Amino acid sequence: MTTDLTLDNPRTPHARTKRGINWEKWGWIYMRVSGVLLVVLIFGHLFVNLFLGDGVNQIDFAFVAGKLADPFWQWYDFALLVLALIHGTNGMRTIVNDYVAKASIRRILHAALLSSTAVLLVLGTLVLFTFDPCPAGADPELVASFCEDIL
Amino acid sequence: MATAPAEVGAVQEFTVTVIIRRFDPENDTEPYWQDFDVQMYSTDRVLDALHKVKWEQDGTLSFRRSCAHGICGSDAMRINGRNRLACKTLIKDLDITKPIYIEAIKGLPLEKDLIVDMEPFFASYRAVQPFLQANSKPDKERIQTIEQRARFDDTTKCILCAACTSSCPVFWTDGQYFGPAAIVNAHRFIFDSRDDAAQVRLDILNDKEGVWRCRTTFNCSEACPRGIEVTKAISEVKQAMLRGRP
Repeated sequence: MTTDLTLDNPRTPHARTKRGINWEKWGWIYMRVSGVLLVVLIFGHLFVNLFLGDGVNQIDFAFVAGKLADPFWQWYDFALLVLALIHGTNGMRTIVNDYVAKASIRRILHAALLSSTAVLLVLGTLVLFTFDPCPAGADPELVASFCEDIL
Repeated sequence: MATAPAEVGAVQEFTVTVIIRRFDPENDTEPYWQDFDVQMYSTDRVLDALHKVKWEQDGTLSFRRSCAHGICGSDAMRINGRNRLACKTLIKDLDITKPIYIEAIKGLPLEKDLIVDMEPFFASYRAVQPFLQANSKPDKERIQTIEQRARFDDTTKCILCAACTSSCPVFWTDGQYFGPAAIVNAHRFIFDSRDDAAQVRLDILNDKEGVWRCRTTFNCSEACPRGIEVTKAISEVKQAMLRGRP
């Protein structure tokens, strides 16, 4: 918004403002698109984990290990991780913008949000794609019972 | 049944306490609340209570009002925590068993008592170019169908009272945000079939501080004394922006 009171000459054509990417616009679109996708993904996740097969009773270490061994579920959970984390962070950014009046505190909170999200994204991705329920050479006392067949 | 029930429909009289947030920049460092008891009738409005205070109790009370009939948009204020026009709010519609709290609208610099500096509000109004820009040169008048006129009918009702903009939580913390009223008045021309500068206005509002700041909290729609569906208008501008044309 310009509060400048100097006026252009009559019939001066409007100069299109080009100032890089409009993050507010893409943030707004991202919230809508990821929201719709998350509804589908989350209910799919709940249906498979809590309803199919033995329902809630089937969830244990072996069940999770089995799911994460399948590339389909790896990518499914990766999509959930990325979409939900950034969706949540963007929502927090919005709340910070709405309620924090001081620019310095706002910058600190934005930096904290950005860095924590980046760390969580890297950690989550690492777990999803490198998870090994039966690490080779591990103490047999500590690994899950189903590892006996593999090790 | 011979004796007519004279009391039915009769004008009732009651005493109301109004608590007004006062501020005199020449004597006060901080605003403070001051209460007044006024004798009111059931036909009176909040504006009448303010008049009674100013004319009979404390002449230093300052507030804006021009037409006093809901057209000029001068007397928007926060009454019991909600933005309303003092001249359109009947006292009897409020809870008169409790005091009525009256303060200036929020988010704009307080000047005195119930008067705020409206310049930031009008600056963003001016920024959306709220005037018809038609390039065509018709022989007679510019023809418009009933449907074309109905498209933007709702947003023609704005009286620029600032009740919506000063009820918007985004505007309270981010004074750079255009605010609902400016977007409503952009909407009025963006969707006008006779106007040729819709792209310019969409471009102005497709700003970091433009329509994307809107969180659809509906405070503006609730505050509007003319019943404009403000949030809907803002959403229509967002949609037009995504489509790239009105």
